[in-house]
Amino acid sequence: MKFGVVQFPGSNCDDDACHAIGSVIGEPVDLIWHQSENLSGYDAILLPGGFSYGDYLRTGAIARFSPVMRALERFANSGGLVLGVCNGFQILLEAGLLPGAMLRNQSLRFLCRQVHLRVEQTDTPFTCAAHRGQILKVPIAHMEGNYFCDAPTLAELERNRQILFRYARPDGTVDPRDRESNPNGSLDAIAGVCNRERNVAGLMPHPERAAESSLGSADGLVILRSMAESVARREAARVSA
Amino acid sequence: MASTGTEIKITQQIAAEHGLTAGEFARIQKILGRDPNITELGIFSVMWSEHCSYKSSRVHLKRLPTRGAHVVQGPGENAGVVDIGDGLVAVFKIESHNHPSFVEPFQGAATGVGGILRDIFTMGARPIAVLDSLRFGPTHAGPSAGNATPDEIARNRRIVDGVVRGIGFYGNCFGVPTVGGEAVFEPCYSNNPLVNALALGIAHKDELFFARARGEGNPVIYAGAKTGRDGIHGASLLASAEFSEESQQKRPNVQVGDPFMEKLLLEACLEAMRTGAVVAIQDMGAAGLTSSSAEMASRGGMGIEIELDRVPQRETGMTPYEMMLSESQERMLLVAERGRERHVFDVFHKWGLDAVQIGRVTTDGKLRVTHRGKVAAEIPAHALAEEGPRYERPIAKPSAANLDRSAASRGKPVEFAAEGTDLTPNFRKLLAAPSIASKHWITEQYDSMVRTNTRLGPGSGDAAVLRLKESKRALAIKTDGNGRWSFLSPRLGAMHAVAEAARNVACTGARPIAATNCLNFGNPEKPEVMWQFTEAIDGVAEACRVLETPITGGNVSFYNETLGNPIYPTPVLGVLGLLEDAGCALGSAFRNEGDAILLLDARQSAHSEDRQRAEFSSSEYAKTIHGIVAGAPPAIDLPAEKTLIGCLVALASEKAIASAHDLSDGGLAVALAECCFESADDSGACLSAEIELMGGSLFVSPGLQSGEHGPSGRATSSLDSSGASAPDELAAEYALFGERGARAIVSLSAASLARAAAIAAKYSCNVQRIGTVIRGAFRIQYNGTTAIRGEVSPLRKIWSESLAKALESA
Repeated sequence: MKFGVVQFPGSNCDDDACHAIGSVIGEPVDLIWHQSENLSGYDAILLPGGFSYGDYLRTGAIARFSPVMRALERFANSGGLVLGVCNGFQILLEAGLLPGAMLRNQSLRFLCRQVHLRVEQTDTPFTCAAHRGQILKVPIAHMEGNYFCDAPTLAELERNRQILFRYARPDGTVDPRDRESNPNGSLDAIAGVCNRERNVAGLMPHPERAAESSLGSADGLVILRSMAESVARREAARVSA
Repeated sequence: MASTGTEIKITQQIAAEHGLTAGEFARIQKILGRDPNITELGIFSVMWSEHCSYKSSRVHLKRLPTRGAHVVQGPGENAGVVDIGDGLVAVFKIESHNHPSFVEPFQGAATGVGGILRDIFTMGARPIAVLDSLRFGPTHAGPSAGNATPDEIARNRRIVDGVVRGIGFYGNCFGVPTVGGEAVFEPCYSNNPLVNALALGIAHKDELFFARARGEGNPVIYAGAKTGRDGIHGASLLASAEFSEESQQKRPNVQVGDPFMEKLLLEACLEAMRTGAVVAIQDMGAAGLTSSSAEMASRGGMGIEIELDRVPQRETGMTPYEMMLSESQERMLLVAERGRERHVFDVFHKWGLDAVQIGRVTTDGKLRVTHRGKVAAEIPAHALAEEGPRYERPIAKPSAANLDRSAASRGKPVEFAAEGTDLTPNFRKLLAAPSIASKHWITEQYDSMVRTNTRLGPGSGDAAVLRLKESKRALAIKTDGNGRWSFLSPRLGAMHAVAEAARNVACTGARPIAATNCLNFGNPEKPEVMWQFTEAIDGVAEACRVLETPITGGNVSFYNETLGNPIYPTPVLGVLGLLEDAGCALGSAFRNEGDAILLLDARQSAHSEDRQRAEFSSSEYAKTIHGIVAGAPPAIDLPAEKTLIGCLVALASEKAIASAHDLSDGGLAVALAECCFESADDSGACLSAEIELMGGSLFVSPGLQSGEHGPSGRATSSLDSSGASAPDELAAEYALFGERGARAIVSLSAASLARAAAIAAKYSCNVQRIGTVIRGAFRIQYNGTTAIRGEVSPLRKIWSESLAKALESA
């Protein structure tokens, strides 16, 4: 099992992701420079939070053209696991690897706070260690996290069970109009989605920041652990086959 | 010699337009042995500006204590450095960006953060936290808003909005958590907000870098953003003069920040340093290329020669004058080891940054600048950096009448409310006061968690606490400063600023080890302002000496006046503390229902009633409820502050208590309320407190549980003999809202009471149980009568929504 964390020049959660993966859950992890076009040898790639190339234009709009993204597309198409967190999610949306787009937060302000997520699907490599309806306390920190897609896309997301996380109240109820629990105003309170093939996912909250209870929450670990477990299972299946 | 050729003849008049006096101009002529040309005049004018030369303050700053057990590097470098064990050092400094933040709040505040971050990573440290100490004019109408007009209030809201967005814009993108600070609102800051940014970084002790040029022939390398015409004379004309009606025209003097560029610069600098090829490095901040080159040369006892044609430029046709004075952001000047410059270039190019050799180190001690083959300036570097004018400016204590006139609002000392008055309505007003209300509207716009070290972020503890991934230890850091008190007594106000910051740090369980200061004052050419300044210096010096928090750096900001109205003198102190075990860090919120609430009070005596009224008249309560700013700050007892700090650190390290919160703005009642409000769980439900106070017991030391664990002899002295009122005559308002120092509230389980009392006794710190953490109504009884009572969640709502309500309408 080996994780890779992509380092765009403006990534600023790359070290945090490496810390959570390497030091907290104890899986091997490398930083991958954005100019790299080779992702062989990795089982899972994480696109971390930050400001990839400054993001003065539109979040992730430039990053999608970087060399590493060409390699990432091949990696994803061949079934590799890809998780985008915050800016990483925005980049995956820009790259068309995930459906939908990000609008500015409804308040038009940057927002950093703990939120609660409800796990909506557990038959994915990103949530298999969680149970359905589990509530995760994980922080957000973004200016553009107001998820949006058109009605047909939303229907498709629902039909294919691609909505992995919704912003929720601590008791698990979801109300998209409630600014307290859905602070950025996301459509249908969507916090994270995956692709149809279920090997590429993105979410705005930062699981790597919710990896140690001494810092407020360790609930984000279940996402990283799910990825490690599903890779291990896949490897075991390959060996026994 | 520099060519003067066809250039204009430099006259006294031109020098004056550059902010240089006749005496200073004559001195320049003497140093050069000739008239300066225009470029040289420009260079002198920025280097000898108040902002860069500290010409009015330097003779006084010498009085600050700068040495201590932990200090590795005191003032004089880009930032202070203190040893924190395990081979690590903390690098930290605070700096002002007041004037630019008034002229252009967003960019002014953003580049303030950018500037202080560069000071930290220039030394080889990775920034791990930023704090912002902010002062604004009133954003709410009401008694405490003084004479602020609706227009003024609306403009203040826009300034708050711009400053907060600017700080967030820069820090969030750069990737440093903004973990704390303060925001205080007073009428005197209406036309002169204060934006003081503190940055903290971590480095390995043996991998520090300094700004001292060495090695003849070593290449001088320019790295980072290209040079443009922005920010010319930012330091000399913007930061070193008062504001007038035309100040908005100075907007072009404000720099524009690019935090992405700074992030690249950070990573490239740290990586370049690891190659071992970097000899010296300094950022180009105020006075850009001029100060970085002159100061590196001067500190190293060397000269530097620069070929301006090689400087990366983003505009065409720039003159030597413009290039030397540009304050374009995100630029660095490095000296590399000759023959290894390629290593440095490679790193910067990897990060997509310009890095070119623009000159070399010489031995003649001169800053020599050439342009198109001609010498454009040639000045002894030491004269620029170290031989600037020093003024012993006239000092005069303002007369009482003078003080009255300059005050934004004044009044007679407060009359205390009659015994038995229900103080709940006033308590609610106080909770809504912008300086007391929750600041989450501001802090949520900052990324306070990036780098995953934030153990206690905004609102969680009295100071921010950052764990160190490389060590078991943690750092605590806090800024404080009470301008109103410093106005009423600059010396006392300054002492309180140190004491409060140190106390806040200690409440988290950290031992205060060092300090940094940002001294915000009016026009130093006014003897009354200079008096305030020297008094404040003496106050800071004395408090830092007693509390063993040496000053390791900082900044002086003068000329904080608009249309002749000075701000309150505002010394802001940043205190750094060290926690031996990050696991012992304590928050301020109550933790468990049923816990006992103790008041720690290290003070030895009470005051007469007149004295109580005088000090109460300087309180947040007097200002908010009565519109009164009068009297004097509470007397300070530094040994008592030290006692309290020692006691708090011991209580935390022995895990005897569950929370700790100091008493400051709004006194005991507000502190108790905050301990409840911050305890809110995920669903918003919070703990509450039931408090029973007896006026007479507030200054004696009853110990716990009928004196069983009575403190030592020193602490048991009750009231002082100097005409103290009888204990039961303490006014309820004074007891509940008075702001005397050296006090803190702690909560703990019943099982820990005896242990805590024993620790307090060991430190001779008075302690008494004043109540219990409960669920239900918040209630304070005083002398057997209910003085404050209210359901905790509506009270919390007042406190948490006040700022957002005012500012969302911006």
